[in-house]
Amino acid sequence: MSLSIIGARLIDPASGLDQLSDLHVENGKVLAIGAAPAGFKASREVAAQGLVAAPGLVDLNVALREPGYSRKGTIASETRAAAAGGVTSLCCPPLTRPVLDTSAVAELILDRARDAGHCKVFPIGALSKGLEGEQLAELVALRDAGCVAFGNGLNSFANTRTLCRALEYAATFDLTVIFNSQDRDLAAGGLAHEGPTASFLGLAGIPETAETVALARDLLLVEQSGVRAHFSQLTTARGAEMIAQAQARGLPVTADVALYQLILTDEALTGFSSLYHVQPPLRTRADRDGLRDAVKAGVIQAISSHHQPHERDAKQAPFGATEPGISSVELLLPLALTLVEEGLLDLPTLLARLTSGPANALRLAAGELMAGGAADLVLFDPTASTVAGEQWHSRGTNSPFMGHCLPGAVRYTVVDGRISHEA
Amino acid sequence: MIPTDAKRPLQLNDQGQLRHFLSLDGLPRSLLTEILDTADSFLEVGARAVKKVPLLRGKTVCNVFFENSTRTRTTFELAAQRLSADVITLNVSTSSTSKGETLFDTLRNLEAMAADMFVVRHADSGAAHYIAEHVSPDVAVINGGDGRHAHPTQGMLDMLTIRRHKGGFENLSVAIVGDILHSRVARSNMIALKTLGCPDIRVIGPKTLLPVGVEQYGVKVYTDLTEGLKDVDVVIMLRLQRERMQGGLLPSEGEFYRLFGLTTQRLALARPDAIVMHPGPINRGVEIESAVADGAQSVILNQVTYGIAVRMAVLSMAMSGQAAQRQIEQENVQ
Repeated sequence: MSLSIIGARLIDPASGLDQLSDLHVENGKVLAIGAAPAGFKASREVAAQGLVAAPGLVDLNVALREPGYSRKGTIASETRAAAAGGVTSLCCPPLTRPVLDTSAVAELILDRARDAGHCKVFPIGALSKGLEGEQLAELVALRDAGCVAFGNGLNSFANTRTLCRALEYAATFDLTVIFNSQDRDLAAGGLAHEGPTASFLGLAGIPETAETVALARDLLLVEQSGVRAHFSQLTTARGAEMIAQAQARGLPVTADVALYQLILTDEALTGFSSLYHVQPPLRTRADRDGLRDAVKAGVIQAISSHHQPHERDAKQAPFGATEPGISSVELLLPLALTLVEEGLLDLPTLLARLTSGPANALRLAAGELMAGGAADLVLFDPTASTVAGEQWHSRGTNSPFMGHCLPGAVRYTVVDGRISHEA
Repeated sequence: MIPTDAKRPLQLNDQGQLRHFLSLDGLPRSLLTEILDTADSFLEVGARAVKKVPLLRGKTVCNVFFENSTRTRTTFELAAQRLSADVITLNVSTSSTSKGETLFDTLRNLEAMAADMFVVRHADSGAAHYIAEHVSPDVAVINGGDGRHAHPTQGMLDMLTIRRHKGGFENLSVAIVGDILHSRVARSNMIALKTLGCPDIRVIGPKTLLPVGVEQYGVKVYTDLTEGLKDVDVVIMLRLQRERMQGGLLPSEGEFYRLFGLTTQRLALARPDAIVMHPGPINRGVEIESAVADGAQSVILNQVTYGIAVRMAVLSMAMSGQAAQRQIEQENVQ
């Protein structure tokens, strides 16, 4: 199949391109940007006047729930949802059952993702066996099976010496380690940011220090081991400052934030709606503003969806008895465009945080448009709008944004030159 | 982006009357005063030879207690019986894994039996809100205590106690002492006192037992009992749970008693006519000296009596608010 996209505003943050141009695709690759090569006739022509064409979004944190939790979502359903959100490449965390700590699980995920064909999937392997923080997983075997980085989720290592060795081992083979820095003991039993809102609601708190204490330790260990490190799911302004300081002293660390952390605050918990139950928790307005500043400044290079679909029952209980998480990948682009609408970021900067930023953080071959490169694209109408939930592909309907009218509408998502989503 | 459902007055009907009783947050002063006035009138019923009024005749009240309770459960039962309702009480033990399912399913079943009102106690903060919102919007839900969040009938019975012994709230100093952090009683009392116009509310305890941001309730924070008790009119002592010694919140019961226990000597710092309250059950020698608990200034047993009247008031008001709402909705349909 070949494709000509005519008259779009082409934005490629990686190369700094932002101009009205045509784009031609053949055999899954970008054939040319601008005029079509002589004699080229596409089998399909997309009239894209008024649309923005950008590299397909790269989402570093999408729980696909398979294997083990298919009542919450399947690889097919969640990658389909991701395509609807403008995503062409995604990373899935190792929080499966069995845990993604063997090549077999990685291969199963990759096979099913290929069969589904909606998105490119890059698995994150477990850093320790069973995510238990005691024994190292077979990192090199996992890398060879296709894992692009290694993490331990929120299950932090109880034993700092074991963590230190894990980092040294990963550094030996130039593997990237993903940290979800949260001190297990300080966060134990917590349901919400420790502050006035949680106090008022009588919900056990997770203090800011749960993040910053762990982050301080992790940064020092990264510095000592020399491992490539990416910090995922920052929630505090203080944490973002610590990342900025580490970068300023030359430590090559990267970071991402969940999109909803840039929009919601812990005040949303008033009324006890379990849709706002997330881990790590929603923080204060000041934290949100600090995270926004860090995204703007590029201290945080990547915005991810932190997609966690759930079945209905998982949210059908009093707040503390519900499972945390928001089904969010499907709204990634329209929800992110609210940041442009509010004037926080210009469109090319936002797209950088959704494409080249995350791709570079984990060294993924994705997130840019160039002749000869993979034809992974999103085409969206920045002046149209999306009513959240009108179309829905994810198995999890646990989104607090359902029914909201969001700016922008994804028209086409293209993976390797094939249209994986069209609306 | 502000969630649209954040401040919906879930517990009021379209005319501003009570239809659920979940929390004292957001209820106007006039409504709290109405509860106290109604309770006052029911106190007189309790003194009669025949202690029944027919306000809830033909109605079914279900007490569903997911957490152990003796006092609250019994006084709710008595209150419903004195209003001539049919009363069912269920003590549902919770297993931590299937808590949500148990709650949801139990209540759906009770709803199917045509219950008119649920009185619920649950270990999770927000449980009563959840039930009112998701399980049974047409059944009046009364919060009998949810986690650390709220215990609004206890709050109102404490207010009735204060009003009957002190006449009002306008010139009072009230101290709440002990484990504020884990206490739903303290939270409900702070909101009620503020709403009713009490100018000097003090909370007293060590930092490990004070919630972050407790000042938001409009209270003054003291970590020294002798300083905090000076010239107060009302002392509300809170129960200290044994498990607080684990996890490093307190070194020992003995040290807590030395620093924050209410003794005769310490009580002398308050006004001579100060009253001593406690939601019960009391721990003698842990937060309160026996001589104080049984002394002339103690109104702890009066609180129990007032508790029945307050619960009668809340049950009858919520039932009529719920009925009025259904009528409004029917008229709107026609």
